[in-house]
Amino acid sequence: MSDSSSKTGWETVIGLEIHAQLSTASKIFSGSPTAYGAPPNSQANLVDLAYPGVLPVLNTEAVRMAVKFGLAVDATIAARSVFARKNYFYPDLPKGYQISQYELPVVGPGHMDIVLDDGTKKRVGITRAHLEEDAGKSLHEGLPKQSGIDLNRAGTPLIEIVSEPDMRSAKEAVAYLKKVHTLVRYLEICDGNMQEGSFRCDANVSVRKVGAEKFGTRAEIKNINSFRFVEKAINYEVARQIDVIEGGGKVVQETRLYDPDKGETRSMRSKEEANDYRYFPDPDLLPVEIDAAYIAKVKTSLPELPDQKAARFASQFGLSEYDAGVLTSSKELAAYYEQVAKLLAGGPNQSNRQPSKEQAKLVANWVAGSLAAALNEHNLEIGESRIDAARLAGLLGRIADNTISGKIAKDVFEAMWADGKDADAIIESKGLKQITDSGAIEKAIDEVMARNPGQLADYRSGKDKLFGFFVGQVMKATGGKANPAQLNDLLKQKLAG
Amino acid sequence: MHTSTLSELAKKLRAKEFSVTELTQGLLGRIAAAQPKLNAFITVTAESALSQAKAADGLFATGSAGPLTGLPLAHKDIFCTQGVKTSCGSKMLDNFVSPYDATVVEKLSAAGMVMLGKTNMDEFAMGSSNETSYYGPVRNPWDSSLVPGGSSGGSAAAVAARLAPIATATDTGGSIRQPASLCGVTGIKPTYGRVSRYGMIAFASSLDQGGLIAQSAEDAAMVLGAMSGFDPRDSTSVDTPVPNYVETLNAPLTGLRIGLIKEFFEKGLDANVEKLIRDALKVYEKLGAKLIEVKLPALPLSVPTYYVVAPAECSSNLARFDGVRYGYRAQDPKDLMDLYKRSRGEGFGAEVKRRIMTGTYVLSAGYYDAYYLKAQRVRQLINQDFKRAFESVDVLIGPTAPDVAFAIGAKASDPIQMYLNDIYTIGANLAGVPALSIPCGFVRDLPVGLQIAGPHFAEARLLNVAHAYQKETDWHRRIPAAFAQEKLS
Repeated sequence: MSDSSSKTGWETVIGLEIHAQLSTASKIFSGSPTAYGAPPNSQANLVDLAYPGVLPVLNTEAVRMAVKFGLAVDATIAARSVFARKNYFYPDLPKGYQISQYELPVVGPGHMDIVLDDGTKKRVGITRAHLEEDAGKSLHEGLPKQSGIDLNRAGTPLIEIVSEPDMRSAKEAVAYLKKVHTLVRYLEICDGNMQEGSFRCDANVSVRKVGAEKFGTRAEIKNINSFRFVEKAINYEVARQIDVIEGGGKVVQETRLYDPDKGETRSMRSKEEANDYRYFPDPDLLPVEIDAAYIAKVKTSLPELPDQKAARFASQFGLSEYDAGVLTSSKELAAYYEQVAKLLAGGPNQSNRQPSKEQAKLVANWVAGSLAAALNEHNLEIGESRIDAARLAGLLGRIADNTISGKIAKDVFEAMWADGKDADAIIESKGLKQITDSGAIEKAIDEVMARNPGQLADYRSGKDKLFGFFVGQVMKATGGKANPAQLNDLLKQKLAG
Repeated sequence: MHTSTLSELAKKLRAKEFSVTELTQGLLGRIAAAQPKLNAFITVTAESALSQAKAADGLFATGSAGPLTGLPLAHKDIFCTQGVKTSCGSKMLDNFVSPYDATVVEKLSAAGMVMLGKTNMDEFAMGSSNETSYYGPVRNPWDSSLVPGGSSGGSAAAVAARLAPIATATDTGGSIRQPASLCGVTGIKPTYGRVSRYGMIAFASSLDQGGLIAQSAEDAAMVLGAMSGFDPRDSTSVDTPVPNYVETLNAPLTGLRIGLIKEFFEKGLDANVEKLIRDALKVYEKLGAKLIEVKLPALPLSVPTYYVVAPAECSSNLARFDGVRYGYRAQDPKDLMDLYKRSRGEGFGAEVKRRIMTGTYVLSAGYYDAYYLKAQRVRQLINQDFKRAFESVDVLIGPTAPDVAFAIGAKASDPIQMYLNDIYTIGANLAGVPALSIPCGFVRDLPVGLQIAGPHFAEARLLNVAHAYQKETDWHRRIPAAFAQEKLS
């Protein structure tokens, strides 16, 4: 299905509710550990199992993390927020209610800026962010006619980040989601692991005629757990809604589930079937009181945020806004970049020396180019890169000092990735050292000219385009090792006759 | 020895008049003999009681006994007790053996007290007559055709019949004070947050408070300190020091300002009960206290307010009883919904269901503002009434219940009449203030309770005021005739 948001005459309106699991060591209201992947129910204590008489006790670390997030999106931090019970029956919800925040969330209005495809900036409003506990999981596999319940996840702290309906295409939604994903990882409040469900979102999607003032009726698409699915699910849903309306029907308010296998959304429950959650303040928990001193303290613990870092990269290294944005998309990637750039500038012992603009750009091209492609291809994080910062700096150093050309460097990079050796060792063993001896290059040029008298004559009679042919032939003859700049100069002289 | 108060028992044990084992055996005998008559216990833990008694005797032998070592008590079956059935008076938890001890149980056990068993109660503490228990009604020791009050009817009857010298209890709307009144014993509901609620099966979390039913204020003072205090496992417990309640028992009452709640004497109060209250007030005047009439204009709204707030919280608190992880589960459920519906339909009794339904209704979309929010606002007004009253008086004294014990079955079919039994007690729960009830005489040979309430954390003062009265009177030493003998037939 094509990107239907571009369908003429219609405007898409999207708001996201992002659930990010907070990386606290223990659960939000009990002392159970939160580690992923433990045997079922091995991380559920009496509080998580909702035994008679047990009571929740707030893990203040979860509050600190929520405040961190709030400060990072320039949001109001509530001086007093209240936990409320959301009541419904489900086997993976042991208490019969979820402890969440309803009327008084810990984080109030804030915002986040995203960069659109055309390079313009767009501000997405964040309505609120509140703390709540995750539910357990129902397991159906291998249990004929029965369901198993795993309560390890029950009580894991979540922050639910609710956006304003400010996004106008699936692409914008993805850009926003990625930005939030980057931020929570910068803040080290969420591991961002989408496969494990640590970071997931629901999308509220509606369409309206361009120019219409009122929003259309929205559908909520539940539990989307990858960036790709978000885009696909929204695009499917937008097309579906437009089809319904254009076919004379009405979009109904409902909850829909995205099926990644079929690439479609389908109805889960209508508004009429929706639960009445009977929210009310949880009498077992005191209101969360946050004073200015606490906020100030959390503020000092904030790391350099993605936007700040990108701005610094742009000014300090002279990078384009785009490059700076890509290189700061994760804290680890940014750190890697800075390390390579500094090593290239001054070597390990002079790490205070600033890289030149050319060096900075060279590093940016390689980190965002070949390295990112290799990581992507092998599905690795920057921390798992087979080429560490020092070794990449070693390779780039050989480009900078003309030992090898950029083209040869790509081969060296591949060899480094494959066998883990240093650039110098590979250059040495494969004899890839660039030819900078002008005599040797001249000799090769002479030979090529001698072998191709016809082309030479054509060139000299004005067919300038044949210059590239001669470059290619000389490179071929030197095994690609001729210094490109030298080759260029010498070739021009020789061809001129 | 059954006629001894807890403080007397402590002295006698220390004087080696009898051993803890002998005392425990004697009480276990009384419990067994009284059970067919009163049905005060759901579970008797004879074996563990005797082993605890033995351990306590060991401590006496080595001279390392503490002030509460070896003193027997009964726990209301709402408190979780590790390895012992904890039913909360419900079929829903008839098969539930708690894997842990409530904080109160843990603390009193650590202090060396001997648990005799678990007392009967209204199902999930919902009731004022003990008739809603899955285990059958408890009978009033003063007249077995009458109710003992509720929900802590088992604890009140057990202490009144001297089956246990003291018992824990809980009070959400009067569940300690009303049965204490109807059974002629002393019952104290401490300030909300004074005693940990951890392990106390929740009915209405913002109102529930653990406390004691005892023979005297002095006895209550001995034990209250040991069960009070901040508990990191209960966020609503308050981190404020626990005073020594025994030390201040004998403080003089000279100049004590006693508030009389005008609204409590206006209508609905039995004339004979009123007379006894007035007589008690004369005793206080004689002791140097001054009587001051106070108005708490929002207080008459306490019953309707309570019957919105308490069911709302209960409807949510009891959602965990779903037949999935513990407790009653319906046979052969055909699907999940059937499992839920039948487990809860079959596991809960009528009064519990009534309150869950009421609570679900008042929290529902479209009704929340009209009921729950409005009730919370009225609760604030009642709070302010108490606060204002305690600016001009030290304690409030009045009736605990509008009348003496009524017949089993008399109000069972009329929930509104039943609810009105708590008309004088509910205010203290809504405001979170401490209150106690002490016996102050008899009407038609049935005990009447005098209620004394104070500002937050004024337990020491309340016990002092109650103790002063008990030094002047002997109502609290009266024992129902059927249980006066040491050996019960």
